[in-house]
Amino acid sequence: MRCGQSLSLKGLVVSIAVDDSITVDDSVTAEDFIAAEDSIKDKSMRDYWRINQQRLAPVLFLMPGLLMFVVYVIIPIFQSVDISFYSWDGLGEKEYVGISNYVELMDDEAFYTSLKNNIIWLVLYMLAIPAGLFVALFLNQNIRGIRIYKSLFFFPFVISQVVVGLVFSWFYDPSYGLFNKILAFFGADPIAVLADEDWVTYGIIIAGLWPQTAYCMILYLTGLNAVDSEQIEAARLDNAKGLKLLWYIILPQLRPATFIAMVVTIIGALRSFDLVSIMTNGGPWGSSRVLAFYMYEQAFSEYGFRMGYGAAIAVVLLAIMMIYIAAFLYKMYRDERGH
Amino acid sequence: MFPKPIEKSAPPVRVLYKIALPIALIIWLLPLLAVALTSLRSQGDILSGNYWGWPTSFNMLENYTAIFENTPIGQYIFNSFRVTIPTVIGAVGLSCMTGFALAVYKFKGNLILFFLFVAGNFVPFQILMVPVRDFTVSLGIYNTISGLALFHIAFQTGFCTLFMRNFIKALPFELIEAARVEGVSEIRIFWYVVLPLMKPAIAALSVLIFTFIWNDYFWAMVLTQGADTQPITAGLKSLNGQWVSSWHLVSAGSIVAAMPPVIMFFLMQRHFIAGLTLGAVK
Repeated sequence: MRCGQSLSLKGLVVSIAVDDSITVDDSVTAEDFIAAEDSIKDKSMRDYWRINQQRLAPVLFLMPGLLMFVVYVIIPIFQSVDISFYSWDGLGEKEYVGISNYVELMDDEAFYTSLKNNIIWLVLYMLAIPAGLFVALFLNQNIRGIRIYKSLFFFPFVISQVVVGLVFSWFYDPSYGLFNKILAFFGADPIAVLADEDWVTYGIIIAGLWPQTAYCMILYLTGLNAVDSEQIEAARLDNAKGLKLLWYIILPQLRPATFIAMVVTIIGALRSFDLVSIMTNGGPWGSSRVLAFYMYEQAFSEYGFRMGYGAAIAVVLLAIMMIYIAAFLYKMYRDERGH
Repeated sequence: MFPKPIEKSAPPVRVLYKIALPIALIIWLLPLLAVALTSLRSQGDILSGNYWGWPTSFNMLENYTAIFENTPIGQYIFNSFRVTIPTVIGAVGLSCMTGFALAVYKFKGNLILFFLFVAGNFVPFQILMVPVRDFTVSLGIYNTISGLALFHIAFQTGFCTLFMRNFIKALPFELIEAARVEGVSEIRIFWYVVLPLMKPAIAALSVLIFTFIWNDYFWAMVLTQGADTQPITAGLKSLNGQWVSSWHLVSAGSIVAAMPPVIMFFLMQRHFIAGLTLGAVK
């Protein structure tokens, strides 16, 4: 975007505003003279607009949204990277410490726990995709009332993760929770899932899989709607059915849905903050922390206001996410070229 | 149609399917059903551990009145609306314009700007947290509704731009060219030609953003504190601390918090799903 374009914006708005209000009068006074001069100026601006509007209009339309986005999203990304090289409590002076925040991270047990949990999240969250496909296949029928079933199955995604977290902490409650009632039914000893270092992350991920599966389901249901029925008929005539039909005929056609499902699931896994915060607050003894939560804890919670250290954790998280963002943009770029 | 249409199956399979459907649904929604039922239970049921049996009495009025009278939940809900509605209007409005600019005009850097919006929309929130909080404090709007709403508008503009741009790109470009030949100005083209065609996209985005923002928890924790400004998600978290093991109240609160997006979803279901599944079919 060039500077000259944005500079002329102010004048443009004015000239548009007075567009229809220019009048002509016979009696000439001083005021009229000025007004006439004004209208010439307006006229030249109007001409300028008319000639250049295809070049100017995009600037005009982009400006407000782009400005907000740059100020609140793009610039802060770089600021965060910058802050990660400082020691800062958020109020006082920033002290430049070079890469020592990152050096500290390398020796931080809690950081490794969070990183490990993030990887577990990434891997297990992917189960939402086949699970969503399974539910979608189950519901992809044309019987009476199926639409209501579809929307009710989608329900968990509509409600807040805070509510999902509360519902599941209750589900896991060691003395009254349904989970332990079921275990007892099979004769197993109760497990306090959310108080057990070994189980807690898996327990939270299962809670997260509930809405995520619903999301993937709806993506696949939409995808299944668009599957080419002639191809299926042809394949059926060739005696393909069941899993073979699914794998060779249906899944290739569902590729766009699978792609979107992967993107939203990966992002969801890396953003996992709400459930951890609601269900365990990172506990017990920090064993259910993920990077997003650990960062928040370092920067804002009772553990102190270590903005620089928190920012360094966020940069690591961004670096992981960048792999996926780059892959996504690359695919979009190829698609754009294809058009 | 895949799998094989059930009406072509043998009658027993059909019956089996019709029985399996409601059972699967109940299992799927079991945690939620339990919460709904618990929100009607009495204190006595909770104390005696009757969580899964039939309630000894139904206390709907009592429990729901209790949470509204004894806690600021009404204020939390009101705050949620005060954040959500301006965000929907702001983000959808801004992205109508950015989407139009990026879809209709060919200029240098168009694709780069578009990718900037897309990439920014996918970054982890945490990378923005410290600077955005700092910026909000320096504007003097930390712990205000506008501080929270302004950030949401800016951030959601990324996703909305992606959505709007692709939507407008799919419209017939001849319409715009015909208007240009007629000498219609670009601004009028946007207002009179393109905007009316964008109604489905606007509806879809509005319900989506409403749900996203209503359910936002992270930014509510970062940019607000206290019952005067906190939306219901952050409010539930602090109420949960107060209501230790008063599960009937926690449940009632959860149901109240979940209601508005659920109603929104059922009213605008078609638009909601159209928005969410954008790109799921080619």
